Amino acid sequence: MPTVTRWFIKTSFICLGLALLAGLLLALQPLFNLSALSGIFPIYIHLLVFGWLTQLVFGVVFWMFPKYSNEQPRGSEPLAWWTYGLLNVGLLLRLIAEPVNAVQPNAVVGWMLVLAAIVQLSAGVTFVLNTWARVKGR
Amino acid sequence: MPRQTVWFIRASLIYLLVGFSIGALILAQKGRPYDASVWLLLPLHMEFLLAGWLLQLVLGMAFWIFPRFGVGAPRGRANAIWVSFVLLNLGILLVAAQLWVPLALLVGRLAEAAGLLIYIAGSWGRVKPLAVGS
Repeated sequence: MPTVTRWFIKTSFICLGLALLAGLLLALQPLFNLSALSGIFPIYIHLLVFGWLTQLVFGVVFWMFPKYSNEQPRGSEPLAWWTYGLLNVGLLLRLIAEPVNAVQPNAVVGWMLVLAAIVQLSAGVTFVLNTWARVKGR
Repeated sequence: MPRQTVWFIRASLIYLLVGFSIGALILAQKGRPYDASVWLLLPLHMEFLLAGWLLQLVLGMAFWIFPRFGVGAPRGRANAIWVSFVLLNLGILLVAAQLWVPLALLVGRLAEAAGLLIYIAGSWGRVKPLAVGS
């Protein structure tokens, strides 16, 4: 496996663990009336779908898809690293800002969420740019 | 990659971009409110990313990678997979149209279900050990 694929996949496993932990906290919320946890549901979903599933797919696709060219069989490796960084920085920003924004919204966490939005979208754009040409017959 | 896989995966990448874009608009609204009506796009965000991106990518990959038949068409009835592709994507777009025509949600889901059932029927026999033969 290429190095960036290993980083994608191992990080996706970490996100899966964190998602399951978030799910556990969500299940405990009504039992212990923990209103501070009310902002966790979007985090739970995005850790699962974005941090675990999508990140796992990104890593495997970079590894497995048809060759881009003889010179660059997997396309741009620096762009793949950018995708990895943008995806996880965006996720981390919302992990921090979303729960705080749910209970005590303020300008700092508000702008953190805007930044998270831009960064996560950029991860998707860089992935598609690096992958589109590898979706081909041979 | 077979042509069906190319179409499935290219469509999934387009849904990825559109779904991520809608998600970014909603998250930005959450952080610095600018237009509350953007929340109406939440069902599209979920549909485009779950059915359009993830499910469709998996269907395309499975059609490519699953064991092939040893007799007849290697990947089974190709036309059935094309029908599945059309129904699934028609369904996703109809589900998105629920914003304007509420009935489109039901019709869209029926189309998605029909597309998936056809795909499953066409792929079931390929879930087997690698030995050739039916």
